[in-house]
Amino acid sequence: MDTQTQAYSGRAPDRTRRSTRQVLGVVLFLAFVFGVVPAFIAATGRWDFYYTLTSVALLSVAAAGVWLTFYIGRINIGQGAYALAGGYVSTILMTQGGVSFWLTLPLAGLFCALISVLIGWPILRLRGVYFAMVTLVLTEVARLTALALPITNGAKGITSIPLPGGVSVMGVTLIPDFATLENPRQAFYFVAVTVMVLVYLVLWRIVNSRLGHLCRSLQQNEELSASIGVNTAWLRVLAYAISSFFGGVAGAMFVSISQSIYPSSFVVQDSVNFMLYCFVGGLGYVFGPMLGTLLLYFGWDLLQVAGQYQLLIYSGTMIALMLVLPNGVLSLFDRKGAGK
Amino acid sequence: MTAILEIRNLTKKFGGLTANNDISFDVAQGEILSVIGPNGAGKSTLFKQIAGFERPTAGEVRYKGDRISGLPPHKVARMGVVRTFQETTIFKSMTVRENVIVAHHLRSRASLLGYFLNSAQARADEADFARSADDIIGFLGLVEIRDELASNLPQGHLRALGMAIGLATQPQVILLDEPFAGMNHDETMRMVALVRRLRDERGVTVLLVEHDMPAVMKISDRIVCINFGQKIAEGGPAEIQADPRVIEAYLGSEDAAIGI
Ligand SMILES: Nc1ncnc2c1ncn2[C@@H]1O[C@H](COP(=O)(O)OP(=O)(O)OP(=O)(O)O)[C@@H](O)[C@H]1O
Ligand SMILES: [Mg+2]
Repeated sequence: MDTQTQAYSGRAPDRTRRSTRQVLGVVLFLAFVFGVVPAFIAATGRWDFYYTLTSVALLSVAAAGVWLTFYIGRINIGQGAYALAGGYVSTILMTQGGVSFWLTLPLAGLFCALISVLIGWPILRLRGVYFAMVTLVLTEVARLTALALPITNGAKGITSIPLPGGVSVMGVTLIPDFATLENPRQAFYFVAVTVMVLVYLVLWRIVNSRLGHLCRSLQQNEELSASIGVNTAWLRVLAYAISSFFGGVAGAMFVSISQSIYPSSFVVQDSVNFMLYCFVGGLGYVFGPMLGTLLLYFGWDLLQVAGQYQLLIYSGTMIALMLVLPNGVLSLFDRKGAGK
Repeated sequence: MTAILEIRNLTKKFGGLTANNDISFDVAQGEILSVIGPNGAGKSTLFKQIAGFERPTAGEVRYKGDRISGLPPHKVARMGVVRTFQETTIFKSMTVRENVIVAHHLRSRASLLGYFLNSAQARADEADFARSADDIIGFLGLVEIRDELASNLPQGHLRALGMAIGLATQPQVILLDEPFAGMNHDETMRMVALVRRLRDERGVTVLLVEHDMPAVMKISDRIVCINFGQKIAEGGPAEIQADPRVIEAYLGSEDAAIGI
């Protein structure tokens, strides 16, 4: 017993060192995205980078949700549906309800979480390829719904959506009105990156708390998980709802940037991409989907030079990556081989 | 003797197959009761119904007087009735210690949000789980391998880990489905002693399904024998060994003859 206690207290300095390293990592990352990147863009005049990086940040937010469903052992190819729903909810609240964009952002997420509970309750019983197929269909159902409903304005979509307005509390401007900004692209970049940082902090905390441990137990053996007293049906729905919340928020942000939304704003291809980002980055790593999104988004752009062979090379590389690094790119940096 | 578990006219049909046919018996508080029978007799099906993994076609299971059959497994576990699995069932990509810690779920006092925010209660819980897990790991003799990945363990250790996971839920009644399978004689005898201690020191009521007859005879207070889904005998080890219907069931099924 004594030796046991010793063995574990012996680990404490190691743990402090690790958390110091984690804090340092977060600080460096924040300095990079909020300091280095804008400085680089200002110096080079490549303002288009803002648009690219904003897209990467938002796609990685949606992918974070897909990653969480992977974490409970479900292949989710339906995130496009929630991104679309989130986009419409935000748009309709803004254009018809006069609600501030900043309020529609969490509302879009909540709406998606709510419908994902209704949808998830029956379909999360399915496993493996059956669940995956149903979610795939879900994206298409979302598109058809948007085409059919009067409130979404069918195929014509909704255009000329106003830019996010300002927010001020007691006369102090917290967020300026985007329409008055000389460079809204930069402002969108800051917002998108902030959302991304928040989402990944939440995801990281989930994974490293009991909630995440229970999700892992679910992923590895649902029956055993139930036998130790876990309400597996409820936990699956909870994880799926969080996942869909992320999808809805990402969708709402995207729509606000493009100032328009159509039923085809998010299609099956997008849902598939979110899943691929997770695969490429690594399903065992919280920051896998973020890295995966970055690599695939830029990889695709860079391959533009290959002209007609772009898709061929892209797909070929993807297959090779999955064969060589089945645990994702991040497994390259994981010396111990155990994911976290 | 008070019955902690009452099995009443339990019947389970899978399509045309009757896996359990009108089975009734009582389990006394603090008893070690074995369920034996040839392969396919319906032993695991019986356990699954008690633990909530299968819904009985007819009949019921009562635990301390309350009906538990038909409840979902997590609710049955919460009440104190927990099963281990016939197939080795563990969380493969966790270490032995992580397996046992995560299995303490039922002892959580903090909410999931509390865990997310790392509240004081959550930290206290985690410390409590770690302490209790080390205790269980010590009890089952898994100390040396506690940081091994579960997927790397040999069969004997997997069985012990399965039991450790079950114990982490602090059951009142534990259902062990073939706990000695894949173990050699020495390992089996060590486990037999542990199961005894479980009852003697922690007051856990034990139901077990086993094919290892010497172990069953050694460990059981009472034995229930099932054949073709029907209970054919019930009694102490000596009674069961001498029971002609039991001998017939085992000889008839070409299974090794019952005996030591
Ligand atoms: N889910 C199921 N669907 C259909 N038939 C089943 C199902 N589960 C069990 N059975 C059948 O019910 C019968 C009893 O199975 P059970 O697993 O309870 O036997 P057992 O006594 O545990 O056998 P063993 O000693 O081999 O583990 C078998 O004929 C089996 O094939
Ligand atoms: Mg069995």
